[in-house]
Amino acid sequence: MATIAHGTPEIAAEEVNYLNVEHGWKSWLFTTDHKRIAVLYLISITLMFFLGGLMAVLFRINLLEPEGIFSAETYNRLFSMHGIIMVFFFLVPSIPATLANFLIPIMVGAKDLAFPRVNLLSWYIYVIGAFLTMYAVIRGGVDTGWTFYAPYSSTYSNSYVLAAAFGVFTAGFSSILTGLNFIVTVHKMRAPGMSWSRLPLFVWSNYATGLIQVLGTPVLAIVLLLLAFERIAHVGIFDPNIGGDPILFQHLFWFYSHPAVYIMILPGMGVISEIVSCFSRKRVFGYNFVAFSSMAIAVLSFVVWGHHMFLTGQSMYTSLAFSFLSMMVAVPSAIKVFNWTATMYKGSVSFDTPMLYAFGFIGLFTIGGLTGLHLATLGTDIALHGTYFIVAHFHYVMVGGMVMAFMGGLHFWWPKITGRMYPEAWSKFAALIVFVGFNLTFFPQFVLGYLGMPRRYHAYPPEFQALNVLSSAGASILGVGYLIPMIYMIWSLKKGPKVGPNPWGAAGLEWQIQSPPTTFNFDETPIVTEEAYNYGPLEEVIG
Amino acid sequence: MAETIAPIGHEVGAADTHLRHHFATPAQQMDAATLGMWTFLITEVLFFGGMFTAYAIYRGIYPAAFASTSEYMNVKIGATNTIVLICSSLTMAMAVRSAQLSKRASLIKYLIATMIFGTAFLVIKGFEYHAKWVEHLVPGFNFAFPEHPEFVHNAQILFFLYFCMTGMHALHMVVGLGLLSYLLIQGSRRVFHANYYAPVEMIGLYWHFVDIVWIFLFPLLYLIGHWHL
Amino acid sequence: MTSSEHVTPVHAHIPKVGTLVGVWATLVVFTVITALVATVNLGEFNVVVALIIAVTKASLVAWIFMGVRHTTSLTKLFVVAGLVWLGIMILITASDYTSRTWTYQAQPWATNPAGGKSR
Repeated sequence: MATIAHGTPEIAAEEVNYLNVEHGWKSWLFTTDHKRIAVLYLISITLMFFLGGLMAVLFRINLLEPEGIFSAETYNRLFSMHGIIMVFFFLVPSIPATLANFLIPIMVGAKDLAFPRVNLLSWYIYVIGAFLTMYAVIRGGVDTGWTFYAPYSSTYSNSYVLAAAFGVFTAGFSSILTGLNFIVTVHKMRAPGMSWSRLPLFVWSNYATGLIQVLGTPVLAIVLLLLAFERIAHVGIFDPNIGGDPILFQHLFWFYSHPAVYIMILPGMGVISEIVSCFSRKRVFGYNFVAFSSMAIAVLSFVVWGHHMFLTGQSMYTSLAFSFLSMMVAVPSAIKVFNWTATMYKGSVSFDTPMLYAFGFIGLFTIGGLTGLHLATLGTDIALHGTYFIVAHFHYVMVGGMVMAFMGGLHFWWPKITGRMYPEAWSKFAALIVFVGFNLTFFPQFVLGYLGMPRRYHAYPPEFQALNVLSSAGASILGVGYLIPMIYMIWSLKKGPKVGPNPWGAAGLEWQIQSPPTTFNFDETPIVTEEAYNYGPLEEVIG
Repeated sequence: MAETIAPIGHEVGAADTHLRHHFATPAQQMDAATLGMWTFLITEVLFFGGMFTAYAIYRGIYPAAFASTSEYMNVKIGATNTIVLICSSLTMAMAVRSAQLSKRASLIKYLIATMIFGTAFLVIKGFEYHAKWVEHLVPGFNFAFPEHPEFVHNAQILFFLYFCMTGMHALHMVVGLGLLSYLLIQGSRRVFHANYYAPVEMIGLYWHFVDIVWIFLFPLLYLIGHWHL
Repeated sequence: MTSSEHVTPVHAHIPKVGTLVGVWATLVVFTVITALVATVNLGEFNVVVALIIAVTKASLVAWIFMGVRHTTSLTKLFVVAGLVWLGIMILITASDYTSRTWTYQAQPWATNPAGGKSR
């Protein structure tokens, strides 16, 4: 197993970088430096991740017993808050607001994003949304599921629907502003010579993500607003008693929430392109295909939402169209997997931690994606909808996929962001624990779903207990797997070895500037003359 | 950021372009601002679009009920308000033009005119809402539909959409008035001139967009069933 | 009063006053027309005519007042994309409601698989 040697640092005195250029809380809370804002986001979403994870620990404890341990009411609130926090406050912002926020200006050769103050505003809006949602949590949470379906959420639920909906509504604007910033930056801030076809694929992915954020999130905002009016004033828009249609709620909700799941995977795919290329010492195979597949996913993601509604009474003909289109949207994702594999073929593959996470992503995302086809097929979805098969499917793509990519990306760019290296042995160990824990948690859920166990139930028939216990055991292992990196990454901030600009010997503008970068990234505007991923033969690493 | 004064009628070669550090040229900054504002307006299209979708669906399935609401919609007021907004769009466009020509007095004049038209729109709307309240047509509060009891439920949905869509539009107008006040203040401080008028143009784009939303709201909400002169 | 020959605007296309006033007048006229057409009972076509007029008015505002005619192709693409996405949302949602009541007639070959004559 070859590992790239880390460059020996030659830095004597501490160089000025974006972290030490100014001190004090004002310099952080009023910063417009995209890198500092990325760090602020990283801290915030990590806190939310562990809050959502705590919910998961609690309800997995409940699922150890067939009769449940908590009440149904409590269980419903736990999984609903888990979903809301993980989707809107962790996954949607994750890579875009942290890694992409940090890297996109550098990758295009700019000094900052197009609208730095809007960037800071988006973080403030995120924090306000998070506080609103945590208020809902403290007061007891919502029990509607993260999907807020009417008429339960609008008329019958006794929980804090308005607070949670308002929190999500607010977080949506944070997402819109991030996407808007990325779109304008990529169009207007590229350095001389940085044509679209020379952009790293990470930029393409986050650009496509930005398009989805901008086009889809406003519809979430309006549907939550309509829901709030219904709940406050009982105006009747989703009330079947007066001719309102709850399915309309679902159409509007899923018009955003399906593309949202691509917001929750595309940036991860971008990270994988970067990691696979670097640790195969080879340019990404089929660059054009991978770039255009990101765009295809962004466009197609908007015409498949009805596959969440096959059992609602939606027209059979519309369902048929959605089913067909859902098959189509799998194609660009598959194209990416083929291209990553082809990149590794005849490459010089090394097994550093980021690459371990990338391998995990490719395998687990493939499983998750293929099971999505089971669900896109009308006939099988009738049996699988509302079961644990769905839960397993989306956790394979979101956790086995996106979270793995996030961990991989965090490790890959950690030396750039912090100027320090994490301990390799511990990081590999944690990656392994995450992989084992993940599969132990979620593979049994495919079986449970196939056997018919419904989701969102606090109790289940006793014959399902063994698989549930396996799943809960896996969850505790997975939790440990996520805690270990927290510890060693924080440790590395003070005790990790300092690194130079390019510890991995990777290609890309971000590896040509110091680690950590200065506030304005480049001393002079770079002039780009080479294609992306310009890996030559494996050479001596520059420190 | 220092605001240098660009006296009208004098050489403006050294006028402050308010170039921010991360942009290479004022042209790049203007380009980015324009694309950014248009991207934001697209989000507004989808935001209002959700309500238009709900409207389209319910009108499609309850055509008779929706048509029965037309006698309660005051077309004359609606048409007047439409023309008021069109006038405000003209004055807004003239304001942008004034800024482009460094004509400070004209800029102020047209901004004030735009704000007057915008306020007039909101005042007229206020009277309209009051009339709806008096006629018991506010869903969730005092809705009653005695003349067509068979449509009372579905008409309630239409009236909710009426209040929701025009209310959201009015909220955007209020925000617009706030933005125009900002322009008025900055304009009177001689911040805008031919080398820097981006905020005027961008807020102009926003204002015109809000006008476009109303251009669709008027026929869809007020001109459903046919009315008599 | 101020001559603009010694300023170097970014890339301003300064509209003529006549153009702006002309657009304004057209918009007012169309408003009156749409209100008057609504007094005539055209059945289904009332909403079609009203929307055509509204689209025309909106296009004038966008093209002239908002300056789309002078913007880059990229901006024009963005405007079109926003409208297309709105169209996707409305049309596909509407297709559900429209087709919910369509009935399905099984073909004879589907209901009589064994021993039936092939068509």
